Amino acid sequence: MISLDRLARRRVWNTVAMAGAGLCAAVALVSLLAVLVWLGGKGIPALDLAFFTELPKPVGEPGGGMANAIAGTLIVLGIACAIAVPVGMGAGVYLAEYGRNRLGGVVRFTCDVLTGVPSIAVGIYVYILMVLTSKQFSALAGGVSLAVIMLPIVTRSTEEMLRLVPVSLREAGLALGAPHWRVVTGVVLHTARGGLITGGLVALARVAGETAPLLFTAFNNRYWSASLDQPIATLPVQIFTYAIAPFDDWHRQAWAGALVLVGMVLIISIIARLIGRQAGTGAWR
Amino acid sequence: MSGETMGQEAAAVASLGITASATGNASRAEETAGEAVAGGIAVERLAAWFGRNRILADINLNMPPRSITAIIGPSGCGKSTFIRCLNRLHELVPGARVEGRVWLNGAEIYGPRVDPVQVRRRVGMVFQKPNPFPTMSIFDNVVAGMRFGSRRLSRQETRDVVERSLRQAALWDEVKDRLRAPATSLSGGQQQRLCIARALAVEPEVLLLDEPASALDPLSTLKIEELLAQIKMSYAIVIVTHNMQQAARVSEQTAFFLNGELVEQGPTQELFTRPRDRRTEDYITGRFG
Repeated sequence: MISLDRLARRRVWNTVAMAGAGLCAAVALVSLLAVLVWLGGKGIPALDLAFFTELPKPVGEPGGGMANAIAGTLIVLGIACAIAVPVGMGAGVYLAEYGRNRLGGVVRFTCDVLTGVPSIAVGIYVYILMVLTSKQFSALAGGVSLAVIMLPIVTRSTEEMLRLVPVSLREAGLALGAPHWRVVTGVVLHTARGGLITGGLVALARVAGETAPLLFTAFNNRYWSASLDQPIATLPVQIFTYAIAPFDDWHRQAWAGALVLVGMVLIISIIARLIGRQAGTGAWR
Repeated sequence: MSGETMGQEAAAVASLGITASATGNASRAEETAGEAVAGGIAVERLAAWFGRNRILADINLNMPPRSITAIIGPSGCGKSTFIRCLNRLHELVPGARVEGRVWLNGAEIYGPRVDPVQVRRRVGMVFQKPNPFPTMSIFDNVVAGMRFGSRRLSRQETRDVVERSLRQAALWDEVKDRLRAPATSLSGGQQQRLCIARALAVEPEVLLLDEPASALDPLSTLKIEELLAQIKMSYAIVIVTHNMQQAARVSEQTAFFLNGELVEQGPTQELFTRPRDRRTEDYITGRFG
C-alpha cells in the first residue's frame, strides 16, 4: 500500500516537473518569436530597394537607405575575422596540443576572463590604444575592437574542437612516423575542420551586432568609405543613431536596419549549424 | 661491458641514419649487436610504467624477421603496452616510462640520440579498432604516411605504391574502382585492411598488430590472417591476440604474458602442445583468463 502511495506521488511530481520544464521552454521560444515578429512587423514595411542601395538622405528629406552601413558592417566584420580567426586558431592549437603546462593554464584563464569583459570596455581600450594615438576614428580600429571580443571565443572553441579528435587518430598518424606538428596539420585540424568553421562563425555572429565598441572606434560616416583609416558606417551604430533621433522617418529606417542585422546574424548562425551538423554525421562514427 | 655498450649505441645511431661521433666503432659494434639479435626486433630487460604502476617487468624476447610472433595472455597482462614500447608510442602517454633496451635490426631504439619519429617510420602499427583518417579518401589514407614523411614521389610512383600496398593488404580488388571514395564508406573489415595497407605503404621493417581482428567478423578475420601469411616473408610481424586459435594458426613463435611478465616463449607448436610452465598450460586449456 505504501509503495502504491509513493508511486502515485511520483507520478504527480513527474507531471508537475515536466509541465514546469515545458512552460520554461515555451517562454523562451515565445519571447524569441515575439522579438522576431515585432521586428518583422516594424521593419518589413520600411524595407525597400533603396534601403540596400542608397546613402542616407539629409534630415527632413524622405527616403534614402543604409547601403554604406551594410557595406561598412561587412568590412569591419571582415577585418575582425582576418585578425581573430588566425590568431585565435593558433592559440587554440597551442592550448590543445602543447598547453598542458603553466603557460597554457594562464592563457586559458585569460581567455575566460576576456570573454566576460563588457564590450564597451573593449571599445574604450581600443579607443585609447588606436584612436587617441592616431587622432582618427577608423574602420581598422572598429575591426580590432571586434577582433578582441572574438579572440577568446575562437581560441576556446578551437581548443575544444581539437580535443574532440579521437586519440586513436593521433596515434595512427604518429605510428606512421609523422612528427607531432604534421599530425596536427594533416590529421587533427583536418578532422576538426567542421567544428573550427562553426566556432569561427559563432564568434562572428556574437560580434556582428556589437554597437558600443564601434561607437568608440569606427564611429560613423554618412558617405561611402572603404578606406581602413577613415571612420566607417556600420549597421549597429546607424541603428543607434537613427533610433535616438527625433524623426519618424529615421525610426522607420532604424527598424529596417535592425531587421537586416538580425537577418545577417540568423544567416551566419544557420550556416554554422549546417556545417556543424555535417561535420558531426559524415566524418567520424 | 662499458665498451660494448658504447659500441652498441654507436651502432644504433649509425643504423638509424644519424651521424655518429664514434663512427669508427660502428661496423665492429654492428657485428656484435648483429650476433645478439640477428635482425628483426628484440627486447632486453624491458620494463614499462604508467606513473608508479609497473606494467611490464624484465621482458626478454627476440622477434626475428620473416616470421610472425604472437603475444597472448589475459586482459591487462601488458600485451598492448609491450608492443607500444616497440615503436615508442608508450612514452607519449603522460607519466609513462620505459626502461631496458629494444634492438631494431641491431640498433638501440631508446638510444640517446634516436628520434622516435624515425623509429616509427621503420616500425609500423595496426590498432585494435580500425582507425582510417575519416576526412581522407581510400587513396589518401594509403599515401598518408609518405605525405607526412614528406617523401616526394611522382604521380606514377604514388599510384604504384597505393596499388602495391592495397594488393598486399588483399583489398585492391574490392576498392580499385573507388579509390577516391571516403575511407569511412568501407566496412569494418575493409577499414582494418586499409589500415594495414597504410602501414605497409611506408615500407616498415617491423609490423605490429594490436588485436587487429578482435572487432571483426570471422570472414574478415580469415582474410587478415591470410594476408599476414602472404606478407610475412618481408617483415618481422608481432601480433597481439586474445584468440589462441588465431595465434596457433598464424604464428611461428608465441609468447605468453601474465601480470606484466613473460611467462613462456617458444615455437608456437611446442608452446601449445607441450607448455613448460603450469600457468601457460592453465591459460591455453582455458582454466583461467
